[in-house]
Amino acid sequence: MEQVRNFSIIAHIDHGKSTLADRLIQHAGMVSAREFRDQLLDTMDIERERGITIKSQTISLPYKSKSGQVYELNLIDTPGHVDFSYEVSRALASCEGVLLLVDASQGVEAQTLANLYAAMEHDLTIIPVINKIDLPSADIDMAKEQIETELGLDSDQAVLCSAKEGLGIEDIFEAVVNRIPPPSGSAEKPLSALIFDAHYDSFRGIIASCRVFDGRVRQGDVIRFMSNGSTYRVEEVGVFRLTREARSELRAGEVGYIISGVKTLSDTRVGDTVTLDKNPIAAPLPGFRDVKPVVFSSIYPISSDDYPSLVDALEKYKLNDAALIYEKDSSVALGQGFRCGFLGLLHLEIVQERLEREFDQSIIMTVPSVQYRFTLNDDSVVVVDNPQYYPDPLKIKKSEEPYIKASVMIPERYMGAVMKLAMEKRGTNPRFNYPSPGRIEVIMDMPLSEVVFDFYDKLKTITQGYGSFDYEMIEYRQGELVKLDILVNGEKVDALSMIVHKERVREWGVQVCDRLKEEIPKHQFKIAIQGAVGGKIISRSTITPFRKDVTAKCYGGDISRKRKLLEKQKAGKKRMKMVGAVMIPQSAFVAVLKTNDE
Amino acid sequence: MNDTPRPGLYVHVPFCRSKCPYCDFYSVTTLEQIHSWVGALEREARHYSPRFAVFDTLYLGGGTPSLLSHEELSAVMETLDSHFTFADDTEITLEVNPDDVTPSKLSFYRELGINRLSLGVQSFHEDEVRFLGRRHTGARAEQALDLIRSAGFENVGIDLMYAFQGQSAARWIENLERALRFQPEHLSCYQMTLADGTPFGKLHAEGRLHSPGDEAESRFFSLTSRFLRDRGYLHYEVSNFARSPRHLSRHNGKYWNHTPYLGLGPAAHSFQDGVRWWNVRSVAEYRSRLVRGEMPVEEREALTPEQIGLETLFLGFRTHAGIDVNFFREMEGADAVLADLEKSNRVRLRDGRVRPTPEGLLVADRLPLLF
Repeated sequence: MEQVRNFSIIAHIDHGKSTLADRLIQHAGMVSAREFRDQLLDTMDIERERGITIKSQTISLPYKSKSGQVYELNLIDTPGHVDFSYEVSRALASCEGVLLLVDASQGVEAQTLANLYAAMEHDLTIIPVINKIDLPSADIDMAKEQIETELGLDSDQAVLCSAKEGLGIEDIFEAVVNRIPPPSGSAEKPLSALIFDAHYDSFRGIIASCRVFDGRVRQGDVIRFMSNGSTYRVEEVGVFRLTREARSELRAGEVGYIISGVKTLSDTRVGDTVTLDKNPIAAPLPGFRDVKPVVFSSIYPISSDDYPSLVDALEKYKLNDAALIYEKDSSVALGQGFRCGFLGLLHLEIVQERLEREFDQSIIMTVPSVQYRFTLNDDSVVVVDNPQYYPDPLKIKKSEEPYIKASVMIPERYMGAVMKLAMEKRGTNPRFNYPSPGRIEVIMDMPLSEVVFDFYDKLKTITQGYGSFDYEMIEYRQGELVKLDILVNGEKVDALSMIVHKERVREWGVQVCDRLKEEIPKHQFKIAIQGAVGGKIISRSTITPFRKDVTAKCYGGDISRKRKLLEKQKAGKKRMKMVGAVMIPQSAFVAVLKTNDE
Repeated sequence: MNDTPRPGLYVHVPFCRSKCPYCDFYSVTTLEQIHSWVGALEREARHYSPRFAVFDTLYLGGGTPSLLSHEELSAVMETLDSHFTFADDTEITLEVNPDDVTPSKLSFYRELGINRLSLGVQSFHEDEVRFLGRRHTGARAEQALDLIRSAGFENVGIDLMYAFQGQSAARWIENLERALRFQPEHLSCYQMTLADGTPFGKLHAEGRLHSPGDEAESRFFSLTSRFLRDRGYLHYEVSNFARSPRHLSRHNGKYWNHTPYLGLGPAAHSFQDGVRWWNVRSVAEYRSRLVRGEMPVEEREALTPEQIGLETLFLGFRTHAGIDVNFFREMEGADAVLADLEKSNRVRLRDGRVRPTPEGLLVADRLPLLF
């Protein structure tokens, strides 16, 4: 156990976590230059494209230190987005230390701080690492100063590196073995292992990634999942190299996997404790909780014939993403579908993209919503995450919506713009921290619905990308909530309805009508788009019929070009939904939320 | 369409004295390249010589074919004559710039067997001509037409352009009237297209040049169609009008019904046996490839039956010939769409063909998407 080190890399998005992980793997000699692909640990297409880690992965690296000692270093990769903060916390609970990455030109950001607090909560050894020192814009002194003042860490202890150029990698390994303590625990005690991740393998079933704190587990053992008491016989245990490598046992202090014939991911819950059925521990490891979705939206097939295929796709998808929850739903405009709960907007977008790309589904997602709470006149409480179920307004005694504590970190010069945005988004009770000269952390309370809508995009725009953002849920607060309905040629499109605060409803009504005007193509007839609250029209826009659609010239050189354009348009048409006689493009349902001003 | 329609031959003459700001056809102003282009054309013609049967149209387009000297044009015609066979009644069209028209040139064209001229007038109004960046004047265009008629050409087309910024309907009608004085056998009336990559396209993108908008464009289009039909012209394609059914452009018709055609010269397109290919958009590259013994083809595409079908549909909706009703027979839901289109006066069903009305031509690009 003395030769084992368990650690994670935590960083603000874009600060180079995946690049560093890849470099460590390469340096450990596990992969030849020829095999080396960028961002080895990020395997999904979407992760590569967006440069973020969604599913965490783990790898054991052999390392021979300068003192000649051979170590086994378990690098537990963590998802890099606030939507997945619970997964991050479980990964951190499995470590003794972290590398806290700071970009040499960007310095400390909101997520760096959030990550630091998370690591401190788990009492982890924190090694600050200043990355990207090769960049011309790198300012190592500034980064060090921020590490001292904003993070309260000793900047002399910071390791300098450039993951991209491979500089300082050896120093990082030495810091890991010398500064992060070996795991404690005893192999002789009853088994307690923490599941920090799980994924589905079509041949082997569920592969649970876990950290063993005490005891040992081997093939043939009967294990018990403590959250629900279910038991399984262990088929295989092992460690993560580039691929899985079976071992005879996993023992206290080690990180690896357990395969035990579990077929559904919902039985293997991240944060659960595994023990031995015949010799269980008294209490599970702390920290387990159900992950609760905060954003809700419905998924419908574009063509109702594709409903069975969507059912199948969701079942398969769910095997690999326990955080997605769904139940049947139906809409007048869109037919049969599913109401789904997501960890956040990014999670929602990922699910949408993966269903389309990996499962070849053509789907429409309705306007996302948070979970509202209504107390009715008879004092019963209803929780509504689907505008369709907005109660009869006459019966509502009190309406409440979820609030978050938002933390925004910005250079001082954007203070005015950010405060203006905060006002627009109903931010209240602002508090200010001045972590270092020229920088401000604004903390405020804000309705979650405003974040779901378009807060983050706007923040990025007004701060030219310098603003960073993090949030946590705090409580429900009272607010007057109304339902905004959208009518297309007089027909209510229930999938476009949304619950909004009364103060903001007019503004939203105008925005949605304007956006739909851009999203819906011209038809042969005039299309009226209206926003309505109750029966009252509060906004409208009109799409004029197309009058002319023909190109003047079509000779030898124009025909192929013209045909290709038509092929594209035809493909686009397949992604439209008929509402009455109006074709609404798939994109319109989510686009209504995105402002395109500024 | 005949049972075995003969193929058409197109020659792209990619040279202009100056570039017009709206034009997106490929051309260059480096006239010193003409000589090497003629030589390269010979090599290309030689390659295709055994691959095409008897042509019944030849179209010399550009660019500005009328800027070629007697010697250059003779060389081109000799090349074509020596490598290809033409039917007796071949329609031979030459695109002509009014500035280039002289009695001696015209009699030379007659000697070469050219029997159809297409005159790029664009407008008879001085200010419009200047706006369009052309060199001739309105009076010069009229003089050219007089000369063409006196030289004995009996198949003459006039190109006009309309629906551009600041143009009034009255002035457009005046242009049509001035053209009609010469009783042209053929009229091409093109709505201004602000194409990407042209100077006008750039001005448009910068917001410094505007199109009159859908509404005005559709009014101009209907006005043009009505005006010319009232005067006996046949509105037989989106932008093309013929004085009688005998005067349709035989050559252009081949593009619209998948008759084979061979295009020679840079950027020229060809079609044969379900394959379409096109040449590189560069005189220098065109020449150097041919000199190296390679074909100057930029890209080649073999059309799938679905692609042929889609082309049949969209090309058909652009011409009065329309589409054979049998084409729609296997298509699910087509009957209802066609019935709707007939009701809204976009198409007429006549002689077993679905034919677009002038109102249908106005939305020809939209119609294929309904099927």
